[in-house]
Amino acid sequence: MSAEAPPPLQLRAVTAGYDRRAPVVRDVSFTLAPGEAAGLLGPSGCGKSTLARVAALLHRPDAGEVLLDGERVRGWRHRAPRAQRTAFGVVFQQPRLAADPRLTLAALVAEPLRATGRRAEAPARTEELAALVGLTPDLLARRPHEVSDGQLQRACLARALALRPRILVCDEMTAMLDASTTAALVAAVEDYRRTSGAALLAVGHDRTLLERWCDRTVGWHELAPAVKSAPGG
Amino acid sequence: MTDRTERTEPASPTGPTDRGAGTGAPLLALDRMSVRFRMPRGRYVPAVTDVSLTLDPGECVALVGESGCGKSVLASALLGLLPENAETAGAAHLGELELLGADETELARRVRGRRAGLIPQSPAAHLTPVRTVRSQLTEVVRELTDTPRRELRAAAEAAAERAAFPADHLDRYPHELSGGLAQRAATALALVGGPPLLLADEPTTGLDRDLVERTVDELRRQVDDGHGLLMITHDLAAAERIADRVAVMYAGRIVELADAAAFFGAPGPRHPYARGLLDALPERGFTPIPGLPPELGALPPGCAFAPRCTYATAACAAVPALTAGVACHHPAPAADAVPPRPREPRRTGPRQPLKQRTGEPGPPQQPESADVR
Repeated sequence: MSAEAPPPLQLRAVTAGYDRRAPVVRDVSFTLAPGEAAGLLGPSGCGKSTLARVAALLHRPDAGEVLLDGERVRGWRHRAPRAQRTAFGVVFQQPRLAADPRLTLAALVAEPLRATGRRAEAPARTEELAALVGLTPDLLARRPHEVSDGQLQRACLARALALRPRILVCDEMTAMLDASTTAALVAAVEDYRRTSGAALLAVGHDRTLLERWCDRTVGWHELAPAVKSAPGG
Repeated sequence: MTDRTERTEPASPTGPTDRGAGTGAPLLALDRMSVRFRMPRGRYVPAVTDVSLTLDPGECVALVGESGCGKSVLASALLGLLPENAETAGAAHLGELELLGADETELARRVRGRRAGLIPQSPAAHLTPVRTVRSQLTEVVRELTDTPRRELRAAAEAAAERAAFPADHLDRYPHELSGGLAQRAATALALVGGPPLLLADEPTTGLDRDLVERTVDELRRQVDDGHGLLMITHDLAAAERIADRVAVMYAGRIVELADAAAFFGAPGPRHPYARGLLDALPERGFTPIPGLPPELGALPPGCAFAPRCTYATAACAAVPALTAGVACHHPAPAADAVPPRPREPRRTGPRQPLKQRTGEPGPPQQPESADVR
């Protein structure tokens, strides 16, 4: 790991949760090196998804700090500056909950471009991304209820890559999917990382998968030795 | 549900005559069972096509395949839970009873819960959210058995015990249970009527690995107690752990039916699709099968897998029949010379102590005993 460049993402003593009296994540530190694929392994409900949300600037921690390329993050969600927000691509576990049912898959994939005023690039970029994740033109014209979970998750991955993020956060991206779709999505992520040099934080509960996929796999208990179990996940 | 007649290969109107007679009869026998959905403008979507399969008492058959291949439709058809626009053909014998032709009264009074129990995909959604587990178990015990009123409470507790559901959680509501406990509650409900046949529809989706293994081991315990289990899953690791035989489904058809040990070990699967599925596992090749599964409404003519298959030739324009356990024009030989892939031990890393995993307060553990096969 190169010493001169600041790490793309650094979490320092992060405490986060949904009730200040009972944080789900307690005093966790984690550093993602440039171009690194890091796996975060933990059982259901341990708080790893919450940590992933903090890392992707989607959930404001109660304490601790997050550094993006060495720069301290001050705002979360819509309060984060666009340059910081768009540094991340996020893929969630359940594509059904992460996709607007009114959009076609093509519109879904191009949504980040439209949201950032780059609508003109949408057709070309969508075509590129569809090829990367293995979506056919026929599927791009459909809406979420007309495709399978696996196909929808392919579209969600394409959407996450639309703005060429420097950091990818995949939270149980493949937990609902069959073996072949899992392998296909992981291959698409790795294709993207090879050409872009993006770093990856993959969160999951499947040790075999994460160890095969990532350069380094960290167990949740190594990050948060004293953390108590919590609901959700 | 009406028997459709206008089919290219008319299924025999009467089931095989030997079913239900004699001692060696299987518990469940599917004979060229098909299900299709009638769509607007006279279109049909075939979801299950010509499935023949038997299941013995004390046996587990895992039905594996990608999502959308028709697996769940098959289970729904067996329980008479298909929507209005479904049409079935062929036969499904549960003992002497033919399920596809049975009317709703028959299914409600004699089949569901009594002769076939369903272990659902998401137990938390299957349970009634506004009632405690005890109340739901008691109701099912009352409806399905002749237990006298004052013994209901004890009978409900015994039913919970059978599925290893902890008695001190009986007064909880479904949302207060962890995923694993909700699964046990659903299993307990399915077991109340003592059904010889259990249908489990994706019982492990979204669970973490430890919980998958525990759920599967508990189901296996039911099989070892003499239940016949048809487990529908896309989780190959779970299938390997539990199944005696594996049926691989692709685009509504069974493309391979094999002994589980041979399928997951040597010589391995014989159908190119099944090989591809196994080779996609992270502990094996981690290589996806190229392309996407076909739409059931727009199947290619001939072998549905041919467009994704590296072995496809002109012969694949005809639908291959399931012969000797494989439906392919170019199956791998039964004793294939493919070098056996190094197989990792089933449990990678130390098995974590169960109690520190979730909020479950130490339910009875039967970690190792249950997976004796």
